[in-house]
Amino acid sequence: MGKGVLTFTDRGIYCPAGDFYIDPWRPVDRAVITHAHADHARPGHARYLATPGTAPVMRHRLGEIALETQAYGETRTIGDAHVSFHPAGHVPGSAQVRVEVGGEVWVVSGDYKTEADGLSEPFEPVRAHAFITECTFGLPVFRWRSEAALAAEINRWWASARADGRPAMLGAYALGKAQRLLTMLDGTIGPILTHGAIENTNAVLRASGLALPDTIRVTPETKAKDHSGALVLATPSALGSTWAGRFPRASKAFASGWMAVRGIRRRRAADKGFVISDHADWAGLNAAIAATGAERVFVTHGYTAQFRRWLEAEGYDAEIVETEFDGEALDSPAEDET
Amino acid sequence: MKDFAALFAALDGTTRTNAKVAALAGYFETAPEADRLWTIALLSGRRPKRTVTATRLREWAAEAAGLPLWLFEESYAVVGDLAETIALVLPESDGGADRSLAAWIGDIRALSALEEPARRDWVVAAWESLATDERFVFNKLLTGGFRMGVSRKLMTRALAQATGIDEAELAHRLMGDWSPETTSYEALVLAPDPSADLSKPYPFALAYQLDGVPDDLGDPGGWAAEWKWDGIRGQLILRGGVHHLWSRGEELITDRFPEFLRARDFLPDGTVIDGEVLAMKGGAPLPFNALQKRIGRKTVPKKLLAEAPAAMLAYDLLEAGGEDLRDAPYRDRRARLEGLLAGLPPDAPVGLSEAVPFVTWTDLAALRATSRARLAEGLMLKRLGSPYRGGRRKGDWWKWKVDPFSIDAVMIYAQAGHGRRANLFTDFTFAVRDGENFVPFTKAYSGLTDAEFREITAWVRKNTLERYGPVRAVPPVHVFEIHFEGIQASPRHKSGVALRFPRMARWRRDKPVAEVDTLGHLRDMLATYG
Repeated sequence: MGKGVLTFTDRGIYCPAGDFYIDPWRPVDRAVITHAHADHARPGHARYLATPGTAPVMRHRLGEIALETQAYGETRTIGDAHVSFHPAGHVPGSAQVRVEVGGEVWVVSGDYKTEADGLSEPFEPVRAHAFITECTFGLPVFRWRSEAALAAEINRWWASARADGRPAMLGAYALGKAQRLLTMLDGTIGPILTHGAIENTNAVLRASGLALPDTIRVTPETKAKDHSGALVLATPSALGSTWAGRFPRASKAFASGWMAVRGIRRRRAADKGFVISDHADWAGLNAAIAATGAERVFVTHGYTAQFRRWLEAEGYDAEIVETEFDGEALDSPAEDET
Repeated sequence: MKDFAALFAALDGTTRTNAKVAALAGYFETAPEADRLWTIALLSGRRPKRTVTATRLREWAAEAAGLPLWLFEESYAVVGDLAETIALVLPESDGGADRSLAAWIGDIRALSALEEPARRDWVVAAWESLATDERFVFNKLLTGGFRMGVSRKLMTRALAQATGIDEAELAHRLMGDWSPETTSYEALVLAPDPSADLSKPYPFALAYQLDGVPDDLGDPGGWAAEWKWDGIRGQLILRGGVHHLWSRGEELITDRFPEFLRARDFLPDGTVIDGEVLAMKGGAPLPFNALQKRIGRKTVPKKLLAEAPAAMLAYDLLEAGGEDLRDAPYRDRRARLEGLLAGLPPDAPVGLSEAVPFVTWTDLAALRATSRARLAEGLMLKRLGSPYRGGRRKGDWWKWKVDPFSIDAVMIYAQAGHGRRANLFTDFTFAVRDGENFVPFTKAYSGLTDAEFREITAWVRKNTLERYGPVRAVPPVHVFEIHFEGIQASPRHKSGVALRFPRMARWRRDKPVAEVDTLGHLRDMLATYG
């Protein structure tokens, strides 16, 4: 197999042939970014490369940065490496990074989801010799339901809270999950209110052309009684904070892949947990890996030890790579307030 | 079972007590009577006997899901609940025809008569015929450990709502030695015949812990104090010429303590006493570990009977001459108890737990400080005018325990918890210093806040030195103040000691590892209090 197209360093995933890093966690000269979540798009790099869909949120979060964009499917040559982005289906603009050096192809998945959510560009399998994949939900207990079934479940809960005369408060990450939920909500039930962190992200995405339903920003002046029957979209940490106190008697729910596990659901002390993730479930991971045709698989974050062992048994040459990616944060939501 | 699975989902889907009670009351109004009875049984800890081992269930579920067993086990470790893990890994199903809860339980009970391959076939076919949400409930029935996030108290309240029967009266009706095979909904709940079950105990009165000092309780003249003995809280019942001994966990333990057969020689029929079962010699209690040897034993060898003879120290009189005294004030019940027990010979199996006389709260505080030397856990405070009310309530009864033992120790291993703590490191092993080494001496898994557990979990994930199955070795960095209630010698443990009720009192972020306590310190405690 020769020398790797990509190597793993303490700064992040590195391409020697092109002298660039993918989603590095320490400051570097040139960073290729898969998506705008805080554990992948970090501050302090000299130059950034990302998709046009990722760029606005990165600018919003990271401020003045030297950022170039490159559309899905276009190839750019950096040194001796040919680099292209391909949809990862994780959040709007999210990408897998394909790197080809001397005819050998490696693909970095970033974070990904295989089922289309009607908002993010749908995941596109890319043939590769080696695939570097996340496995946040790399155990067979994680199995997602269809988008339509989830939407029906959420709207039922909202309507029932409204019937009880209570606000419905739903916790979700500000980038990606929140907007995906917005597209699932049935606006005929009532008004949709949003936490400031979510509304800021909405504004950026709307400005870049994404169609989202109308929302009302929650401000210090917002009064629950002025918005009867509302659904309040909050960040996960706001759900348990004094911020949530302005909506007394709210029925609280949390949207995350972790809600598949009852113990974790009960720990959140929310009334309800919706099993919704922007990461691939067990079947999705396995299907995605098979579709790459790769023989070598590197697993980066999630249930790495278990998933590697499974892949080995399935005949792959699988290795664990230690990274500083969080996946879908469970107990320390890094994505929360950004 | 679809309505039962829906009930479970409703209970699970809310944290509000009123919503839970409403869901349960609705079920009690509409479900078939046999299903109601089983639901009452399950929610009061009366489970059908296990007819399939957990090991077999794991194997069958892994096979049915097409997974290697190790991967099933890894999944179980993350989910923290066997019934749920099975339900999550099986291929999806819409389910088949609906059968009642009682019918399913009947089939599960009948499994014990089948050979293993037939059991397997039946269980796998059952999985295929059930919808995903029903499977979880079904697996809970198979595995026994049924908890629905509803206390017995809430269940009783819901049943009271559904039937219009007084809640305290219902609590009493649901006590004792019954199962859905031996009774009916009619006979248990609606129209019980008091003479049908003479062994039926009264609901135990329980107390909250008094934090701080009792000065807020008002005039000490309105209160009585008793020693809080360290044994098994029990209810001794003499009715119909027979005696019964119940533990507070509502287990009938008559046969384990043959000493109480003689109670019939000393006490009249129609007597019910609330007291503490202790190992006693010469009128004085022995340390708890003497009684501990008796607890697990269904039959007691002669030698042990001689070594650790059991007796009851009586706290309260609930029934005399067949009359229910629970509504009488404590003052009167206590006087009748003292009259009943006065003049009994010292070798009688029941004696009076002497009142602790005091005038001021300060006097009482001084007496409480002597608890440990008397082998008591502290004091009980009871309002003289209070009736005997079942369950844990604030106001009339308080336990005022001695301060626990305390030691500063360092965490060296961590393990993930189960159930609500799945995927969170909550079970820790602690060590004390012995020269240059750290010697593990206890485990503890309670006492921290959820936020602290989350913080520790993130730290453990990043600082694992080595994995031994589910256990992770971590660097000795974090110091905790460990509280415990007792210490005894234990040759099985490396440290030579075993603790009672160890828990984490505080995370001592201010303490460096160099300042944790030593093995010598533990040994001194053992020498003084063991």
